[in-house]
Amino acid sequence: MTNYVLRRLLIAIPSLLGISVILFTVLALAPGDPFEELATNPAIPPDVRAALRASLGLDDPVWTRYFSWLTAMLRGDWGYSFVSRVNVDDLILARLPTTLAIIGASQILALAIALPVGVMAATRPYSIFDQVANTLAFIGFSLPTFFTGLLLILLFSITLDWLPFVYRADLSSTGWTWVWEQLRQSIMPVAVLGLFQGAAWTRFVRSAVLDVIRLDHVTTARAKGLPEGRVTLRHIVRNALIPVVTLVALQMPTVFGGAIVTEQIFRVPGIGSLLISAILANDTPVIMAVTFVFACLVVFFNLLADVIYGWLDPRISYS
Amino acid sequence: MSAVVEPARPALGLREAPLLALHNLKVQFKTDDGLVRAVDGVDLSVNRAETVCVVGESGCGKTVTAMTILKLIAMPPGRIAAGEIRFEGRDLVPLPPAEMQKIRSKEIGFVFQEPMTSLNPVYTVGQQIAETVRQHEGLSRRAGLDRAAEMLRLVNIPNPGRRVNDYPHQFSGGMRQRVMIAMALSCNPKLLIADEPTTALDVTIQAQILDLLNEMKQRLGMAVLLITHAMGVVAEVAQRVVVMYAGRVVEEAPVEALFADPRHPYTQGLIRSIPRIDLAATTHRRLEAIPGTVPSLLNPPAGCRFAARCRHAMPECLGTDPPLREVTPGHKVACLLYPEVRA
Repeated sequence: MTNYVLRRLLIAIPSLLGISVILFTVLALAPGDPFEELATNPAIPPDVRAALRASLGLDDPVWTRYFSWLTAMLRGDWGYSFVSRVNVDDLILARLPTTLAIIGASQILALAIALPVGVMAATRPYSIFDQVANTLAFIGFSLPTFFTGLLLILLFSITLDWLPFVYRADLSSTGWTWVWEQLRQSIMPVAVLGLFQGAAWTRFVRSAVLDVIRLDHVTTARAKGLPEGRVTLRHIVRNALIPVVTLVALQMPTVFGGAIVTEQIFRVPGIGSLLISAILANDTPVIMAVTFVFACLVVFFNLLADVIYGWLDPRISYS
Repeated sequence: MSAVVEPARPALGLREAPLLALHNLKVQFKTDDGLVRAVDGVDLSVNRAETVCVVGESGCGKTVTAMTILKLIAMPPGRIAAGEIRFEGRDLVPLPPAEMQKIRSKEIGFVFQEPMTSLNPVYTVGQQIAETVRQHEGLSRRAGLDRAAEMLRLVNIPNPGRRVNDYPHQFSGGMRQRVMIAMALSCNPKLLIADEPTTALDVTIQAQILDLLNEMKQRLGMAVLLITHAMGVVAEVAQRVVVMYAGRVVEEAPVEALFADPRHPYTQGLIRSIPRIDLAATTHRRLEAIPGTVPSLLNPPAGCRFAARCRHAMPECLGTDPPLREVTPGHKVACLLYPEVRA
C-alpha cells in the first residue's frame, strides 16, 4: 500500500512537469503585458520601462524563463505579484483558508443532501418521494451557479435585506457575534455551491443504490433475517458507496473550478477570485502559481480516489 | 454417496402435523403485459427431518414458490394472492416484517442458486456468517466469528480459522456454496430451503455439494426442501418428490414410487428424458424430449395445462382442470387418466 502510494507520487512528477510546461507556454503566447498600464503612464519614460522588463527577464526566450521559474519554484520561491508586489505563496496562503472553508462546507452540505435523499429515492423507486426528488435534482443541476447566486442575492440581500451579499474576510467583531456574522455571510455561497453539487450527486447516489439493490447478495441479507434498515445500510449503501466516493473525490478539482464563479459573485476573497483578478491584470506569476496549485489538486484527488477505492472494495489489490 | 438415513416414521394414523404446509398458494406478479400467475394453487408439505424435492422445467414456478415461503419475492410487483404458508402450524402469510425476520435463518435457512453473487463482496465470509448468528442469538463479535469458523469447519472448508477472514472473491464457486450452506445452517434451522444449489456448479462439485447437504441433514436433523430441475439430483437425495408444471403441482410421490411408476404424462416425459448410459450402449435409442414449451403464465390455457404437449391428451383435458388426487396411498396425480382411489 505504502509502496503503491510512493509509486503513484513518483509518476505524478512527470505529469506535473508536463502540466507546468503547457501552462507556461500558453501564458507566454497569450496576448497582454503586465506593463501595459505603465505604457500609458506619462511619468515613466519608455527606456525605464524597457530596463524594468529586462531586469525582470521578460525579454528572455520562453525556455530560459521557464527554467528560471522552475528552479526558483523548486527552491520554494514562487515569485511575487507584478501588481501587488506581495510574494505569491503569501497571497495563496492568505486566500486558501477561505476557499477551503467555503468549499468544505458546501461539499458537506451536498453530501448531507445527496446521500439520504438518493438512498430514500432508490429504495422507493417511482414513488412520489422519488419523483419529487428527481425533479428537484434535475432543476438543481440544470441551473448554473451564477444564475442561482444572483437570484439569491436579489431575494435575500436586496429584496428582503436579510443577508449581506459581500463576503468579508476581515470581520471586526469577536466571539459569538463573529460566528454569527461569519454564518450570515457564508450561507449564500455555501448554499449555491452545495445545492448544485448535491443535486448532481443525488441522481448519482440514486442510480448507484439502484444498481446494488437488485443484486443477489441483498436477497441473501434479507434471508438472513436482518431488519430492513440494516440491510439497506450495511448491504446496499455500503456497496453503493464505492462508485460514489470515487466520483466525489474525482470531482473535487471541478468543484474548485466551479467555486471560482461563485467566489466572484459573492466577492469571496478566495483563491478563485485571486485567479480572476490576476488574469484581468495579466499578473503572470500569480496565474501560473494558482493554476499550478489547481493541477496539483487534480493529481492529489485522483490518487486519493484510487486509495479510497481500494480501501472500500477488498477485491482491489495494490500489488 | 452416503445413504440418506430414514427418519423414524410415525405410526400410521398418528401422523404428526407437517413442519411446513402450503395450502392453495397463489403468487402473482403485476407486469406491463398483465398479471403473471407464477404460482397458481400449490399444495405442498414437508415433514420434520424429511427431504422433499420440487422438480420441473425452468419457469414452472419452483423458485417463486421457494422464495415466497420466506416472503423474499419483491412485493410489489409480487403478491400472495391466496393461500396459506403454515410453518409449525402458524400461517406466515399475514405475519408482519418483524416477525418474518425472526423466522428467516433462525427457523428456515435458505441457500441460493448463484454462489458467485449471493455473498456480499465487501465483507469477509466470517463477518457475513457472524452477522446471522449475532442477529438471532445476540452473540458478541468475537463469539460470532468463533461460530463462523466452527460452521466453516462443519461444511469441510480446510483451515477454517484462517479462512473466516477471507473475502468471497478468494473462494471458488463450490467453496462459496459451502459458505452459503454454513451461513444458512448457522442458527440451526428446522428447515433448509435450497434453490437449485448445484445448478451453477460443475459436475464434480455438484456431487460434493449434494453429499454435503446429505451429511448436514444427518448431523443436524433438519428437513430439506430442495428445488431442482435435474432428475439425477432428485434420485440422489429426495425422499418425496413434488413435480411442478406451469405454476401447479401435477404429481407427488415417494421417490421410489415416482421413478418406478410415474403416473403423470409430464413426469413420464421427464424421466424418459434422463440420459441413460446403460441403455445407450446396447440400444441405439435417441434421447427423448418433451415436445413444446411451458405455456405462458400470463394467459394459461384452460383445462389441463400440459394438454398441448401431452401424448395422451383427450378432448375432455381441454375443458376440465384436473384436481390433484390420491391414486395410491401417498401417490397423488393431477390427471384425468387416473380415477381417484378411496381408502
